[in-house]
Amino acid sequence: MNQPASAYFIEDRHDPNETHTLAVLVQNEPGVLARVIGLFSGRGYNIESLTVSETEAQKHLSRITIVTTGTPMVIEQIKHQLDRMIPVYRVVDMTQTKRSIERELAMVKVRGQGEHRVEALRLADAFRARVIDATTESFVFEITGNTDKINQYIDLMRPLGLVEVSRTGVAAIGRGPEGM
Amino acid sequence: MSDKSHDPNQMTGAAMIVRALIDHGVTDIFGYPGGAVLPIYDEIFQQSEVQHILVRHEQGAGHAAEGYARSTGKPGVALVTSGPGATNMVTPLTDALMDSIPLVCISGQVPTHLIGNDAFQECDTVGITRPCTKHNWLVRDVNDLAKVLHEAFYVATSGRPGPVLVDVPKDVQFATGTYHPPRKSDVHRSYAPRVKGDATQIRKAVSLLANAKRPVIYSGGGVINSGPEATKLLRELVEVTGFPITSTLMGLGAYPASGKNWLGMLGMHGTYEANMTMHDCDVMLCVGARFDDRITGRVDAFSPGSKKIHIDIDPSSINKNIRVDVPIIGDCGNILGDILQVFKAEAKKPDVKSWWQQIAQWRARNSLYYKKSDDVILPQHAIQSLFEATRGKDTYITTEVGQHQMWAAQFYGFEEPHRWMTSGGLGTMGYGLPAAVGVQVAHPDSLVIDIAGDASVQMTMQEMSTAVQYELPIKIFILNNQYMGMVRQWQQLLHGNRLSHSYSEALPDFVKLAEAYGAVGLQVYKPADLEGAIKEMISVKRPVLFDCRVAALENCFPMIPSGKAHNEMLLPEQANDEATAKAFAAGKALV
Repeated sequence: MNQPASAYFIEDRHDPNETHTLAVLVQNEPGVLARVIGLFSGRGYNIESLTVSETEAQKHLSRITIVTTGTPMVIEQIKHQLDRMIPVYRVVDMTQTKRSIERELAMVKVRGQGEHRVEALRLADAFRARVIDATTESFVFEITGNTDKINQYIDLMRPLGLVEVSRTGVAAIGRGPEGM
Repeated sequence: MSDKSHDPNQMTGAAMIVRALIDHGVTDIFGYPGGAVLPIYDEIFQQSEVQHILVRHEQGAGHAAEGYARSTGKPGVALVTSGPGATNMVTPLTDALMDSIPLVCISGQVPTHLIGNDAFQECDTVGITRPCTKHNWLVRDVNDLAKVLHEAFYVATSGRPGPVLVDVPKDVQFATGTYHPPRKSDVHRSYAPRVKGDATQIRKAVSLLANAKRPVIYSGGGVINSGPEATKLLRELVEVTGFPITSTLMGLGAYPASGKNWLGMLGMHGTYEANMTMHDCDVMLCVGARFDDRITGRVDAFSPGSKKIHIDIDPSSINKNIRVDVPIIGDCGNILGDILQVFKAEAKKPDVKSWWQQIAQWRARNSLYYKKSDDVILPQHAIQSLFEATRGKDTYITTEVGQHQMWAAQFYGFEEPHRWMTSGGLGTMGYGLPAAVGVQVAHPDSLVIDIAGDASVQMTMQEMSTAVQYELPIKIFILNNQYMGMVRQWQQLLHGNRLSHSYSEALPDFVKLAEAYGAVGLQVYKPADLEGAIKEMISVKRPVLFDCRVAALENCFPMIPSGKAHNEMLLPEQANDEATAKAFAAGKALV
C-alpha cells in the first residue's frame, strides 16, 4: 500500500464500479436542482445522465432521473444522501428493482448527398427513427430507445455525415401497475 | 372580514421575524447589524423578550450560537446582514453541519428587485450556504415568511440536527403580510425523519449483545443530541450489560468519565485500552457516532473480527466508511430504550469477566503517561490541575482546535453531557472563545472555560470585547507553547522536522491584551504557581485571559500514526524521537 506522509489515511479502493439509474421525486421549488447537482459535485459522485421535468404541476412535483456510476458502497451513499435532502420525497434505484424501462430521445442531424443520404434513411427505418426535418442536403432524425440503441445509431450515422446530436438523457419508469 | 389594520397577525416581515423567535422560545440571539437587516434591528430595539448579543465579527455570532445550542440542547440563533455578514457565517454553518448542531441563521438580503444585479453588499447567500446548511430558504414573499421561519426551526432541531439559513430581502422585511403561529403544515411533506427503530433489527442487536464475549459500546455526539433520556438509557445499558464503553470526541460526557466501565476516548489520540478494545472486540455497538476517519484509523484493519451494530438517525451514516452487520435507523434514545426493554426481558447479563481482565492489562500500559517537571508546566498537567480545581463545580468547557483540544479531551473528565463544546468535525481554530461567550449567555452563573492554544485563540480574539460588554466572566485558559502545536507535531513526525510557519513570532502580551479589552490578564510560568493562579482565575468574576506558559515542544500521545490500525498505536514511552521517526518512516518508505 502506498502511504505518503499525511495526516489522513490514504488508501486505494478497488471495488468495481456499477452503473445505476435513480429516479428521484422532489418538491419543485427554487434551487432544488442546484441542491441535487451540488450534492454530486460536492461529494465527488458521477453524473452520466440527468433528466428533469415537472411531472405533477398541481402538487409541484418534479421527477429527476440520474444515471450514475460508483462502487456499491458509493451508490448506497448517493441514495441515502439524496433521500435525506429536505425537498426529496423518494429515491428509487431503478437498476436495483430490475423491473424498469429506460428510454431516451435523441435528435440526430446528418448532412450528405447521394448514396449516404439513401443509406441514412434506410438505417433510420431499421432503427425506427423518424425524419422530423429535411432539406436537399440534410435530415434531422428523431430516435427513441435505450442508451445503447441510441449510441449505436449515432455511431452508424457518423460516416454518413453526422453533424450534431441533441439527447434528452435517460427517463426511467417501473414496469407493472405500481407507481414509485 | 374584519378590518385588516386591527388584525394582530398583520405585521411587517421584520416584526414577523421577532415574533417567530418569541414563538419558538428564543430568548437570546447573536448578531451584527448592517444595511440589509436594519428593519429587523429596529424591531429588536422596540421589544424586550429577545436579548440581542452584539458580537465583533459574524463568525463569532455563529460560534456563540453553536456554544449556546450545545450547552442547552436548544437551537442557537444568529442574525447577520447581507454580503460579508453572510459570507462570514460560512465557517460556523459548516462547523454546525459537521457536528450536527441546531443553528438558525437569519440573514438580510438586498431588496428583491436588486437580486442578481451585483448590488452593494449582495452575494448569492443561499447559493454559498447551500452545501453548508441542512437546508436554506430565500423568502421572496412576506406571506411565506412565517411558514419558512417555523419550518426552519423544525428542520434545524429535528432528525439529525443541523444549521439552517433563512435569507430575507430588505423589501420583504418592510412589507406587511399575515403571520401565523407554528403549525404542522409548515413543514415539507417530503421531510419525515425516522425516530423509531426497526423491531427485527433491534432483536438481532440484542441477540448479538447477549452472546458477546468481547463487547464494546462506542458512543458519539448523537447520544447527546438525542437529549437527556438517551444519556440516561446509555448509562443504564452499560450498567445492565456490564460492557466497556468508549466515546468519540463529540460524545464525551454521555457516560461519566468517573464511571467504572469507562475506557476513555478512542481514535487517533484516544487511549490504548479504548483502541485495543475496539480492535479486538467481537461485538461493537455504535450509538450515534459515524466511524469518522479520526476514529477508525486504517479502514481495512478496523476491528476486523467484530459484528457491528450501528444506531444512527441519519441513514447516510450507515455503511459510509465501515460496513456494519446490523444497522438500526432512528433516534438513539428511542432505540436504546427498545434495546434495553428486550434485553432485560430476554437476556441475562453476559459473562465478560475475562474480557475485562484483558482490558485491565491494556489499561496498565498507562497510555496517557507524561513526565512532570518542577521547572516547566507540562500542558497535560495544566489541564489536570484545571480539572482538579473545577471538579464538582458547575463548569462548562469549550476548546479551540489542536494539541490543547486533544489534551483537554484526554485529561479533563466530563461527568455530564452538554458540558463539553468543541469543534470536532470541521476542526475550527477560533471556535472556543466565541463558543464560550454563547455558553456563558445561556448559563450566566456557571463557570465557563475555553481551553485554548496561543494560535487558535488569536483567530477570534476580538470577541473578548463582547464578553466585556455583556459582563460575561468567561475564562480563556491558554496553553501557550508559542507554536501551532499540532501542525508542528505533524511536521516533526512527517515532514523531516521542517517547521514551516508553525511558530508564532511576535505573540501579543496576553496580559496587556486582556487589560486593553478591560478584562483581567494572568500569567504563569512555574508549576508551583499554577494551582494558585487557577484559583485566582476562578474567583475573578470578570473575563480572564490566562496565559499559561507550557513546555514548548511537548507532543500529544498516544497516537495512531497515519495508515496504521488501532492496535498499532504509538505510546508515550515509545515516543522518543527515534522510535517516532521509525514508525512514520515505515509508512514513508513505501512512497
